[in-house]
Amino acid sequence: MEIVRKAQAGTMQSSDLMVFLEPAPQLRLEIDSTVKKQFEHLIRKQAESVLQRFSITSGVIRISDRGALDYAIAARLETGLLRACADQRTSS
Amino acid sequence: MEDSFRLRRSLLYVPGNMPSMLQNIPIFESDAVMIDLEDAVPYSEKDAARTLVHSFLSTYRERNKEIFVRINGLKTDWWQQDLLAILPALPDGIRLPEADSPELVEQLDTVLTEFEEELGIDIGHFKILPSIETAEGVINCIKTARSSNRLIGLAFGAEDYTASLEIERTKTGEELFAARTRVVWACKAAGIQAIDTIFSDVSDMEALRRETTLIKTLGFSGKSLVNPRQIEIVHEVFAPKQEEVDYALQVIEAIQKAREMGTGVISLGGKMIDAPVVKRALKILKTAQAHGLIDMPLDEEVIYGHK
Repeated sequence: MEIVRKAQAGTMQSSDLMVFLEPAPQLRLEIDSTVKKQFEHLIRKQAESVLQRFSITSGVIRISDRGALDYAIAARLETGLLRACADQRTSS
Repeated sequence: MEDSFRLRRSLLYVPGNMPSMLQNIPIFESDAVMIDLEDAVPYSEKDAARTLVHSFLSTYRERNKEIFVRINGLKTDWWQQDLLAILPALPDGIRLPEADSPELVEQLDTVLTEFEEELGIDIGHFKILPSIETAEGVINCIKTARSSNRLIGLAFGAEDYTASLEIERTKTGEELFAARTRVVWACKAAGIQAIDTIFSDVSDMEALRRETTLIKTLGFSGKSLVNPRQIEIVHEVFAPKQEEVDYALQVIEAIQKAREMGTGVISLGGKMIDAPVVKRALKILKTAQAHGLIDMPLDEEVIYGHK
C-alpha cells in the first residue's frame, strides 16, 4: 500500500497516541513520546512491524505518543494507514 | 452453570475509542463489559474504534468476564463493518441497539451464523443482547424475547425510550414503570434475563441504590452501568441477604420433610409452604450459589420430589 494523502489517527488522551502521515519519496518514522527515553525503541519496533505488514516503503509517519500500549500503537497506525492510502475514504 | 443463572448484575459500558478505559477491562469488577462502538464513538472515528477494539480483544485472551460489543444499529451504514472487525476477536456477544422488532434480531442472528461458519466456531457462540429502547421496541419486546436462541436477555434502555416518548427521565422513574414491567414479562416468559437501563448521574449513589432496589423488586437480574464506581452498589443490592438464604434453606428442609410424610404442603413458622414458595426459595439458593455463598446440589427434584 502507498501513502497518497495526508491523514491522522488517534487522540491526545493518556494511554493513546496520534499518528500523522503524509506522502514523501522516502520512508521516515519520527517518534515523540512522554516515555521516549525508556520506550522509543519498542514504539519504533511496533510501528515498523505494522508498516511492514502493510508493505509501506515511503511516506513520513510522525507518532506523538502518550504512553500507549502495543495494541493501541498498532491500531492507531493501522487506522492512519487505511485513511492515508489509496482506495480508502478518510472515514468509513 | 445453566445460562439463566449466570450472574449478570453489572454490565459496564466502556467507550470503544478510549485505550485508557479499554485496557482497564481486566481489572473492572463488573460481571460483564459492553464495549461501545455506537453512541460513545463520533461518526468520524467509527473506523478507528473498531480497529482499536479488535486490537485490544486480540491481546486480551485470558478473559475474566463476559465481553459484549455494542455495534451500531442495523439501520446504520456501519454495523456490518463493525461485525467484520470485531467478531474474529471472539467477543461473547453483541449488544444490538434499537432492537425495535424481532425481525432485526433475526437478521443479526443469520449474519452471526454466517460468521461462525466462516470462523469455524460453534454455531451459537455469539450471544445477542437486544436493547429495548423505543416505544415500538417495548410494544414488540414479547416477540423479540423469543426471536433467537442466542438471546441471553433483553436490555431496557431508558434514555432513548424517554426520548422516543418525548418525555423527561426522572430519578424516581414513574414514567418507566409500565415499560420495565413489560420487558420483565417478556424475559420471564421466554426464560431469559431482564437487564435494566443505565443510571447516568454518577455522583448520586443513593439514587442509584434506590433505583437498583426497585428494579430488583420488579424482576430484573442486572443493570447496565456507565461508570465503574457504580459496580459495588449494584452488587450489594443484588447479593442475597443472609436471612433470605437461611429462610430458603429452612423452606427446602421443610418441604423435604413434608414429602417424607407423603404431602406437598407443610407449615413453617405459621406460614404455608407449597410449590411456589419452594420455587422462590430455590431461586434464592441458586442465586446464592452463583454468588459463592453456598455450595449444595440444587435440582428440580427439590421442587417436585421423585417421580
